[in-house]
Amino acid sequence: MYEFEFEKPSTVAEAVAALADEDAQALGGGQTLIPTLKQRLAMPSKLVSLTAIPQLKELSDNGGMLTIGGAVTHAEVAEAAAASYPALADLAGHIGDPAVRNRGTIGGSLANNDPAACYPAAALGSGATIVTNTREIPSDEYFQGLFDTALNEGEIITAVRFPVPEKANYQKFLQPASRFALVGVFVAKYAAGVRVAVTGASEEGVFRWREAEAALDASFAPDALDGLSVDAGGMIGDLHGSKEYRAHLVGVMAKRAVAAAG
Amino acid sequence: MPKDQGIGASPKRREDVRFLTGAGNYTDDINVNGQAYVHFLRADVAHATINSIDTSAAAEMPGVVKIFTGADFAEVGGIPCGWGVTDRHGNPQQEPRHPIIAHDTIRHVGEIVAAVVADTLEQARDAAEAIEFSLSDKPAVVDMAAALAEDATKVHEDLTSNLCYDWVFGNPDDDAVQAAFDSAAHVTTLELVNNRLVANPMEPRVAIGDYSRATDEYTLHTTSQNPHVIRLLMCAFVLGLPEHKVRVIAPDVGGGFGSKIFHYAEEAFCTFAAKACGRAVKWTSTRAEAFISDAHGRDHVTKIELALDGDNNFTALRTNTMANMGAYLSTFSTSVPSYLHGTLMAGNYKTPIVQVNVKTVFTNTVPVDAYRGAGRPEATFQLERVIDKAARELGADPIALRRQNFITEFPYETPVALTYDTGDYVATMDKLEQVADVAGFAARRAESEKNGKLRGFGINCYIEACGIAPSNIVGMLGARAGLYDAATVRVNATGSISVMVGAHAHGQGHETTFPQVVADMIGIDESMVDIVHGDTGRVPFGMGTYGSRSIAVCGSAMVRATEKIIAKAKKIAAHLMEASDADIELKDGQFTVAGTDKSVAWGDVCLTAYVPHNYPLEELEPGLEETAFYDPANFTYPAGAYACEVEVDPDTGKVSIERFSAADDFGNIINPMIVDGQVHGGLGQGIGQALLENAAYDEDGQLLSASFMDYAMPRADDVPFYQVDHSCQTPCTHNPLGVKGCGEAGAIGSPPAVVNAVIDALQSGGKNVTHIDMPLSPARVWAAMNG
Repeated sequence: MYEFEFEKPSTVAEAVAALADEDAQALGGGQTLIPTLKQRLAMPSKLVSLTAIPQLKELSDNGGMLTIGGAVTHAEVAEAAAASYPALADLAGHIGDPAVRNRGTIGGSLANNDPAACYPAAALGSGATIVTNTREIPSDEYFQGLFDTALNEGEIITAVRFPVPEKANYQKFLQPASRFALVGVFVAKYAAGVRVAVTGASEEGVFRWREAEAALDASFAPDALDGLSVDAGGMIGDLHGSKEYRAHLVGVMAKRAVAAAG
Repeated sequence: MPKDQGIGASPKRREDVRFLTGAGNYTDDINVNGQAYVHFLRADVAHATINSIDTSAAAEMPGVVKIFTGADFAEVGGIPCGWGVTDRHGNPQQEPRHPIIAHDTIRHVGEIVAAVVADTLEQARDAAEAIEFSLSDKPAVVDMAAALAEDATKVHEDLTSNLCYDWVFGNPDDDAVQAAFDSAAHVTTLELVNNRLVANPMEPRVAIGDYSRATDEYTLHTTSQNPHVIRLLMCAFVLGLPEHKVRVIAPDVGGGFGSKIFHYAEEAFCTFAAKACGRAVKWTSTRAEAFISDAHGRDHVTKIELALDGDNNFTALRTNTMANMGAYLSTFSTSVPSYLHGTLMAGNYKTPIVQVNVKTVFTNTVPVDAYRGAGRPEATFQLERVIDKAARELGADPIALRRQNFITEFPYETPVALTYDTGDYVATMDKLEQVADVAGFAARRAESEKNGKLRGFGINCYIEACGIAPSNIVGMLGARAGLYDAATVRVNATGSISVMVGAHAHGQGHETTFPQVVADMIGIDESMVDIVHGDTGRVPFGMGTYGSRSIAVCGSAMVRATEKIIAKAKKIAAHLMEASDADIELKDGQFTVAGTDKSVAWGDVCLTAYVPHNYPLEELEPGLEETAFYDPANFTYPAGAYACEVEVDPDTGKVSIERFSAADDFGNIINPMIVDGQVHGGLGQGIGQALLENAAYDEDGQLLSASFMDYAMPRADDVPFYQVDHSCQTPCTHNPLGVKGCGEAGAIGSPPAVVNAVIDALQSGGKNVTHIDMPLSPARVWAAMNG
């Protein structure tokens, strides 16, 4: 990797100040950024670690609203949300491997917005709110395409607020090599309606499958999805699966998620 | 009570204590005083003319010691190919120069185009980014059929075409072979791909070159399966150095699987650069470099045809294969699709006519060479797939069809040049049917179907030629080396023993098994015997470890040397006991005189040999050290039968292996636990090839699966608990231990069983699928089901 400065502030204000430098970059758990640096594919002037800020490590369950600090690791979510939001805990508990789960953070994952990552499906599927140092961003406005989000330069995810659904489930079909989601579907049933978010499949990144949501609003059962399909046109086609295969898997995984949600 | 020592016992692997406690000594653990580091700048395009290279700015960068380009190696030799194949017209293979650093032309992504030696690795990398190139891109030649077209771009301008050789083996009479097909009652044809693989040993390659101005001696530390072979090739063909001035050390090596047999450019570079720089030069491959610089494996495209008579007897077999050589000929590359593949095409069957046609092809891809099994998996896969397809077409039971065509009398001379000395394919199939619980399959299928899954059963046989190899035979076939091995047994004055062996252990457990043999022969505790390997400065000239040859060839040399030790020790014992050496017996470490109660202990004899106060000095030299070289009389022929049971998820195409059973005949076995481990590992690699692994190139010659993000290695949860049996034993008839070798069997025998099982599952679900090319990824299986 190239040389860079390193800071590890203990408050959000200090972190924001540190990130004001040109080409400074925030560092969460480093599960994407550190390999990128090792391959010399990025050249930040400074890394600002967010993992020593107590505010970003907070996790609270406020009766129907789960708030997770931006620097909380996947392993911590898997444990802390097991009772309050088991579908989210299960998703967090199956990201990567134990080493990834003990370093990687929810804020880092959402800020990176990898098109095959799991957390974007949970956030969008839950209608979560992305809380930053300056504002609150509804998940429907947050995800803007591959590795692209509504975050501005230097803006830090301080927390993510998840409304807890009546029932929910996440089904992930693994890409055989990376074990990221080849297709992952998060289904959550709220009093206000069902949300279905799909990761891994689309060239535009995570998306809501609104046709499926409408069908499940009418009847929350796997066979409500019979005959529905996403258009293969916008899907990713690569070594691990064609566009058509991914489009097909979206339907299969959605049905399985509905069945598992009960 | 089972033995806990000696031949047939299963003592735990003594080397694992250091491996599992972080005390291993791998090449990257070695650091030489004052060493510099080299970073290789590698091509990121597959085919280009190098117009110019400007290193002037890079040379001024901090810490830079020296920058090398292809021009610096114009006066040294190229990397040699160790095997010369003669084509069907009697012509030699086309053999291009294989430079250490690309000179005028880049021929594959990953080829070295410049090397920067600097005080630190980061400085070397910084400087490499300042090197400027002028390149003219050329069309990349990737697809083999396209490479053989009349107007194809040539990978090597100085060759006549991209064809390395066009080879025929077995029955060369096209008309006679065609006549056999014309008169057949049934012909089954199958076109298939044997997918390209990357070996990916856990430890990437490392090389450290060192040079002593005081003694004019070189030392190369390297991750090699065969240090003497590396020394010979590098000294004689590349750098022109006298062998006695070069020491090659391959310490603990973290897996090879064939990919560390070959002499690589980086080894020659570090040795050369150490003198040129006046400092030791170290290179440690990154995983990313390994994907584009370690030789790949497999990559065959094949059409196979099987002719049967009206009674389902195999009457003729014909195969046509294109085999990818990549951009250059790696050390054993040309032997793999020819003599390691064509000679196995008879399999376990008495097919009277076999014709093998192979075209090897240059492409703008990483060189391809031996990978666990090397040619034999490619032969086994196509043969056992076409037999399975024939069984389906004929409505025959796949087990019965195989049994009916088994070779049952030995020795058996095949139509493809081998003589199988011994075997019992009926016995291994009987054993397999029992171990695999064939009888219970129907119930298991019904259970799977209840859960919405398709269940399939697949079976295959395999035979391989191991114990490589009789030097005179491989010499006739084009090998440019002998394939004997050597061992020196050095008995110390107090009776402990060091055995210096030419074989090299990089996961096989030699440090445990070899002492089991020597200790058993003498009757002493195994802890008194150690082996020494991996250092040309310490061991006799041996050819190393590959082709499941270690115990069959080097082990035989060790037995011969130990026999010499015992013969001499008996003479000393006879002198001490004032008896005739013909009357001396050795048992449990005690020498006795037959018919008397006289005895003398092993330790006393050893001490006498080195403190020869009471010793027949006029008849016998003091000391107790013997060397033997062993050249095998024939190959060995491990064989067996494998069965795989899969479940296929019809909604996603995902295959899961529910059972895998193996019945192997390895002849006599030294350590059953280690044999189990070797089979397990081989099966894991075969399952990896069948379901997961794929080195895929795009049309520009870029490797698409160039990291573990896209190259799917098998993980623990991809493989089942195995049922492995090796109780069928027909001992090898021509080596002293009666052993055959077990290292490659699993990788050779498992891919067809997996594919046969998946086809069986899909057909049970009413899908008319007769073949899917490996890897059988969920996407491919789903596409085949919905094609």
